[in-house]
Amino acid sequence: MSNPSAATAKPQCFQELILTLQDYWAHQGCAILQPYDMEMGAGTFHTATTLRALGPKPWYAAYVQPSRRPKDGRYGENPMRLQHYYQFQAILKPSPPDILERYLGSLDAIGIDTGLHDIRLVEDDWESPTLGAWGLGWEVWCDGMEITQFTYFQQVGGIEVDLVAGEITYGLERLAMYLFDKKSIFDLPFNSPKSDVPLSYRDVFLQNEQEQSAYNFEKADTDMLFRHFADAEKECARMIAAKLPLPAYEQCIKASHTFNLLDARGVISVTERQSYILRVRDLAKACCEAWLVTQKAA
Amino acid sequence: MAELLLEVLSEEIPARMQTRAAEDLKRLVCDGLKGAGLDFDQARAFATPRRLALVVDGIPAMRADVNEERRGPRVGAPDNAVQGFLKGAGLASLDQAEKRDTGKGEFWFAVIRKKGGPTADALPAVIDAALKALPWPKSMKWGSSTMQWVRPLQSIVALFDGKVLSGAIEPGGQMAPVRFSDTTRGHRFLSRGEIKVTDFADYTAKLEAAHVVLDPAARKKIILEGADRLTREAQVALKHDEGLLEEIAGLVEWPVPMLGTIDSAFMDVPPEVLTVSMRVHLRHFVTARADGSLANRFVVVANNVARDGGKTILEGNERVLRARLADAKFFWDLDRKTTLEERLPALKGIVFHAKLGTQADRVERIIALAKEIAPSVPGADAADVEQAARLCKADLVSGMVGEFPELQGIMGRYYALHEKLPAAVAEAIGDHYAPAGPRDRCPSAPVSIAVALADKLDALVSFWRIGEKPTGSRDPYGLRRAALGVIRIVVENRLRLPLARFLKSDELLEFFAERLKVQMREKGVRHDVVDAVLARGAEDDLVRLLARVEAVQGFLGTEAGRNLLIAYGRAANIVRAEEKKDKALAGKISGALSAALLEQSEEKAVAAALGQVSERVGPALQREDYVGAMQAFAGLRAPVDSLFEKVTVNVTDRPELRLNRLKLLNQMRATMDSVADFSKIEG
Repeated sequence: MSNPSAATAKPQCFQELILTLQDYWAHQGCAILQPYDMEMGAGTFHTATTLRALGPKPWYAAYVQPSRRPKDGRYGENPMRLQHYYQFQAILKPSPPDILERYLGSLDAIGIDTGLHDIRLVEDDWESPTLGAWGLGWEVWCDGMEITQFTYFQQVGGIEVDLVAGEITYGLERLAMYLFDKKSIFDLPFNSPKSDVPLSYRDVFLQNEQEQSAYNFEKADTDMLFRHFADAEKECARMIAAKLPLPAYEQCIKASHTFNLLDARGVISVTERQSYILRVRDLAKACCEAWLVTQKAA
Repeated sequence: MAELLLEVLSEEIPARMQTRAAEDLKRLVCDGLKGAGLDFDQARAFATPRRLALVVDGIPAMRADVNEERRGPRVGAPDNAVQGFLKGAGLASLDQAEKRDTGKGEFWFAVIRKKGGPTADALPAVIDAALKALPWPKSMKWGSSTMQWVRPLQSIVALFDGKVLSGAIEPGGQMAPVRFSDTTRGHRFLSRGEIKVTDFADYTAKLEAAHVVLDPAARKKIILEGADRLTREAQVALKHDEGLLEEIAGLVEWPVPMLGTIDSAFMDVPPEVLTVSMRVHLRHFVTARADGSLANRFVVVANNVARDGGKTILEGNERVLRARLADAKFFWDLDRKTTLEERLPALKGIVFHAKLGTQADRVERIIALAKEIAPSVPGADAADVEQAARLCKADLVSGMVGEFPELQGIMGRYYALHEKLPAAVAEAIGDHYAPAGPRDRCPSAPVSIAVALADKLDALVSFWRIGEKPTGSRDPYGLRRAALGVIRIVVENRLRLPLARFLKSDELLEFFAERLKVQMREKGVRHDVVDAVLARGAEDDLVRLLARVEAVQGFLGTEAGRNLLIAYGRAANIVRAEEKKDKALAGKISGALSAALLEQSEEKAVAAALGQVSERVGPALQREDYVGAMQAFAGLRAPVDSLFEKVTVNVTDRPELRLNRLKLLNQMRATMDSVADFSKIEG
């Protein structure tokens, strides 16, 4: 296993963290993909994970995914919480025997020296009720802080996987706060502090957090959102019938995000909440089943 | 005699599963050895986060030839049964089998001669079967494997008498077999490359050199001794925490305890909050000052010997703790700006259960129940009870409990104290979830008792009403625990509480009786005594019930009690046998005795004794003096013994005499059964 990043300098800012991880996983043989161009709650929703985890074809990919959790917005006033943040995701299917060593190599690449830190793998089973997915794995701790979620996918869309994918998810802001010793996300250097125009995370995203929080909690038109949810649900079913799993799955992503917005607006009661989650799961399941047909046929 | 060494290396095994898995491995391999006709001296199993290991001593190097007998079908059985038997036993025809008379008829027997040979040839199958049968609470596939293990399996050391056993585990799919070998790996970060081992002594020594302490007990010792030394030097005391110790020993292969410091800015936050952050979220041990209060030091156990002596690790842990506590302090400061009373409307927004309404609805029910219970709790001030019941769930909508749900109740108490509410109210808010388990503290203050009972009784009655009853292993709403909580609160505080009035359902009362039996069995009370007392019908006063149980058990412990029980058994048997023959007998023998028909002096003596006993037992039961009642029974023993010696009950020629004697026995049975159904007592 080669680790060319070790020779290069450790990341000094948020974007260098992303670049280093991309470079590292590219050298591990992953296709470096771009973020999926739709709003989603986590990197797992990207077709590169959810759909590619199913079926008999091997798949190595890594990508950054902007993730939106409307309910986590704090108008930019909480130093640790955002409604829009980044996840870096690597997915290796089938999981190679040395996947953990490869992961630990990535920590070295971003400047976490295992000769100085205490890295622990603490049991943490992952489950996504909306995707009908689960897996076993760990949260990885560095000196007591969770820096990564590591999961061996067992089921997606309620379907048992053919080949097990190892999914590695880094919460980038949190990791960066640790690496760059910042108490607030907004103090993170986004580009190089030596740039002619040094930009902080605050410069790039504070206004977005303020405005989007207001939208998520106060302004979003809930009647419109309910309509969008119903439309997405309908369109998804139509695309399933048309045997087009990828367009169908995009409608599922849309329904999921719309539900998250409605949830943030506080218009979904606790009992209804469960039923919405189940409706999204039904969509995800149908998409996964339709996708699987295309994979097995090919 | 030789040694078997087995090690299964995998990716990190959840801490909670390690001990059990090591024991299972030992059991399965030992059973397999016995099944293969192999003796051994002793087997020891160990677990670390990455490996299960087993060493079995004193296995013979060679196996003797053994004859295995297999019984087949009856002679003359249908041909397909015979063919199945022949095939299973590996015989060509019945000529190779023997006929034997087993006493239950003639059967075919096959005597299969199993050649002995080197033990090493038999062991791989034993190991293979044990690994395939090992039950993990949760297991998974990896890569393209079809087999399941707790986490990806990496290598297997299998040595017998210093030599590698020939064998492999096939994960399936496209995966390479995991061949038995003599190589393993050391600590994930403190050791490089493979380690070759020859036997158990060599294995443990080389692991130790590769920064792996194999024995969990040894890891615990290192953690405890290190933590004790560090805390002593800092003049604080380690708060012993067996559960946490167990978990940490399952998270590290090379424990390195270190002493950290809590930022003084957070020391005014309630100690429970600090403790949750440290213990639950970071797996830190907390420490105490001489007066027992929380000290500002904690012990973290690293799994690494860092180049900088642990400075970075410690700073990292302190930093993470600081961030956690900053959150906590933020909520602590913010929450105190709102009173519990002001939080009540927000409870309307929290659904307790879809069919049972919101937390606000639940609070209403708890208030009503607590008010109804209060008069049965000596010293419970009605106004305090009502206030505590009204506010007991208010902290659920505080910021702190939102972030740290395990602090429910505890925070409510702090906020109530901060508001200067009556101390009894604050304590009741803090106590009302208790007892959370058999070893948890049970509320004893009057207001706390009333609210804690109301909380549990509401849950029981409400979930029962909507059909959410615990079944088998499923008890999602903790109703068994709630029932046990009610039992403990009532019994430990000797409350006279008519439970039936609150439970409103015979089935629920029955559920309580079952819980009570379980609880008393755990306390060493004879289950047949409990059954005997419960058989006396609906007794919903637990204090009275337990007094009866104790009296009966005490009485049965005496010689008089044991003898009387024998006499009771004889009387009951005779009556029962006669009742079987004559269905109408029960009616005929339930009435009063005829004094004139008491002919023999022994009969008269029993009748007189029964009279005296009844005179004493009735009032004793009235007084709830069950010991007194049982003592009265003791007077029956001598006359009843003589009766059985001298008097024939079933006289054939004088039916009226027989009936009267049966009446006498029946009366004796009835008198004793007034305290407990003695027919349920097992000898």
